[in-house]
Amino acid sequence: MKLRTVILAGTALAFTGSAALATDLTLVSWGGAYQASQKNAYTDPYMAENAGVNVIWDESSAEAVAKLRAMNEAGNITWDLVDVVASDAIRLCDEGLAMEINPDTDLAAAPDGTSAADDFGDLLVSECFIPQIVYSTTFGYRSDVAEWGGKEPTEICDVFDLETFPGKRSLEKRPINNVEWALLCDGVPKEDVYSVLETEEGQARALAKLDTIKDNVVWWSAGAETPQLLADKEVVIGSTYNGRLFALIEEQKQPVKMLWDAQVFDLDGWIIPAGLPEDRLAATKKLVKYATDTQRLADQAKFISYGPARKSSAPLVGKHATLGIDMAPHMPTDPNNAKNTFLYNYEWWADYRDDIDAKFQAWLAQ
Amino acid sequence: MSDTTDGQVLTTQDGKPLKAALAKALRREKLRALLLIAPLLIFVLITFVAPIADMLFRSVENGIVAETLPKTAFALREWDPGSGNVPDEEVFAALYGDMVVAVGEKKHTRLGSRLNYEQSGISSLFRKTGRRIKRMDEAGPFTEQFLDADKKWGDVSTWQVLKQFSPKYTDGYFLNAFDAKRGIDGIEMKPADERIYMLLFGRTLFLSIVITLACLVLGYPIAFLLAALPLRTSNLLMILVLLPFWTSLLVRTSAWKVLLQQQGVINDFLVWTGLVSEAGRLVMINNQTGTIIAMTHILLPFMILPLYSVMKTISPTYVRAAKSLGANDWTAFWRVYFPQSVPGIGAGAVLAFILSIGYYITPELVGGTSGIFISNRIAYHISSSLNWGLAASLGTLLLVAVLVLFVVYDRIVGIDNVKLG
Repeated sequence: MKLRTVILAGTALAFTGSAALATDLTLVSWGGAYQASQKNAYTDPYMAENAGVNVIWDESSAEAVAKLRAMNEAGNITWDLVDVVASDAIRLCDEGLAMEINPDTDLAAAPDGTSAADDFGDLLVSECFIPQIVYSTTFGYRSDVAEWGGKEPTEICDVFDLETFPGKRSLEKRPINNVEWALLCDGVPKEDVYSVLETEEGQARALAKLDTIKDNVVWWSAGAETPQLLADKEVVIGSTYNGRLFALIEEQKQPVKMLWDAQVFDLDGWIIPAGLPEDRLAATKKLVKYATDTQRLADQAKFISYGPARKSSAPLVGKHATLGIDMAPHMPTDPNNAKNTFLYNYEWWADYRDDIDAKFQAWLAQ
Repeated sequence: MSDTTDGQVLTTQDGKPLKAALAKALRREKLRALLLIAPLLIFVLITFVAPIADMLFRSVENGIVAETLPKTAFALREWDPGSGNVPDEEVFAALYGDMVVAVGEKKHTRLGSRLNYEQSGISSLFRKTGRRIKRMDEAGPFTEQFLDADKKWGDVSTWQVLKQFSPKYTDGYFLNAFDAKRGIDGIEMKPADERIYMLLFGRTLFLSIVITLACLVLGYPIAFLLAALPLRTSNLLMILVLLPFWTSLLVRTSAWKVLLQQQGVINDFLVWTGLVSEAGRLVMINNQTGTIIAMTHILLPFMILPLYSVMKTISPTYVRAAKSLGANDWTAFWRVYFPQSVPGIGAGAVLAFILSIGYYITPELVGGTSGIFISNRIAYHISSSLNWGLAASLGTLLLVAVLVLFVVYDRIVGIDNVKLG
């Protein structure tokens, strides 16, 4: 009896003790090199400055939308800050699962005094979204393919050119980006792509263009697949996130080169789940303000080749923390890489995603 | 039976009718038994039955329109969707009233995403209208102002969707799961380029049967061997059968990728031996072949173990007796041994088939586009498109399909004939 009392008292003490000492914040991200860059650039320095804060990572960003909805229905939000892509942020905002933020009070102004709203500019694509990085989905190709006879792809439509560049391609197993590229290479001007895609004929046209290479495509669903397929020589050209290709080329020294043409910019950032209790919300907001200031966003680029979402961070981007190479030329936003870019239309995809996805999947399955 | 003897009611010692006393005692007994299993029963109900029932209910539940736009839903009752005209001012006024409340509670975008499953473009329609609603003139007229906010309010189809999904319950998700939809003239099939679920259901069933058969063909000789060998050797072999069980599913699936891909181990070997030319490397992954090979490997132990435990109980004396009576090896096996092993086949086949039909991760990784299952689409609608209603109706269909197959199986093989040992 006595022993039990002691143990109970001890446990109770331990719990109250830890609660008084530390505020636990649960951050959700994608794992891997990306999460490591966030840890190095944002949370490690923050925890060093704020002794009371303890950050716990959860690698659930891929299922974040579904899990947040389930948590919301159960009335128990266990996450404090969630890293999602912009389209998911819009979805979460629409569903009332993410909190609306006020850029001018919740985010730090730039060092020169520019307000956060102006510093992030157009990248604040949703009322709930706090952008961190600009990444792009683009192609990498092997530079040692014998069948190509010394030629190398230089533009997006070379992906569809099986005669000059034979071999397998890898594309993402979803319509987004693929149908846009298909239409661009079917002769649709860049500014008309989405209005053409709105029509049944336009959708059929995009799929017909993809049909020309369908037998030579390996479809991926995780970003790590294309680098692996390229390294294994399973494919000769493939789309993925530019940071993954950077790691393949610069860290693993594979004979792969970047085809930046018609890269599609996309955004990744934070959302704060709706319905957090006051104390946790205050702690989360404090962390967000710190983690998205000009210096922190620039610091992240030392660890991964994604562009900071603030205009004021760009000049501060330096060298890679371990490789020591200059990071600026590897950013998707670098002028040399961004000669021809395609802007992803969030609002449009929020409307047409369900419809086109059904058609795309039916097309894939046939 | 009659409870009277010579017209007299039998009673217990204290004068109560015997039948009532017996019933009471039995009832008490039953109650006690029920109390004993209550913890398990409650556990199963709370953690298993209730979530499934809740999920299945989502396949017909559709309260969102009536909850978010109650006045509009009521006003739309009078409107004839076949008329070809947009509803009158009264409905627009109701819509304004509802939208003001909905925007205040930030519920309008949620309704927009729900209705966007039915018609593309409604998501942005509600988002846009929500932004404009504060600037609208409260005095009306509202028709003009809504059309001004977004011209889609002038489309009859928008209103048709709104009216069709006003009731609290809908068959829309189930129709969708059957590749059908409700048009103005009733239920019709979707255009051919949008039909996918029936194809996937068919493929899931077909591949599951193929995988189950492959498991049986590969597993039967192994189980036979295990049962026939002396204990020491068979234990060693048993470890080999169980070894894959202790390895992570993802590792095993990835190992198949390394083996089967075009620049993989098997193809390299075939090219090296000259059986296959460099250009003719076999495509064995990212298609149905990949799914069948990897899934057969993963489900093989589920076939071997029940087979083994049944075969272990078959006495070797029967086969010996058959042979001594003049049967040759094949007849002795086919007429005497095999019929006794059928319960094991039954159990193994049910296990492998039911596990296979709901499989998700392996087809996703090695199935490419032609080797994916219906469960991959269910997962997509749960975690990505958030169309939980459709996911629930697809899940319900899958559940019903399995139950029907189970009944058919019971008729053909007989569930009494299934033994796990």
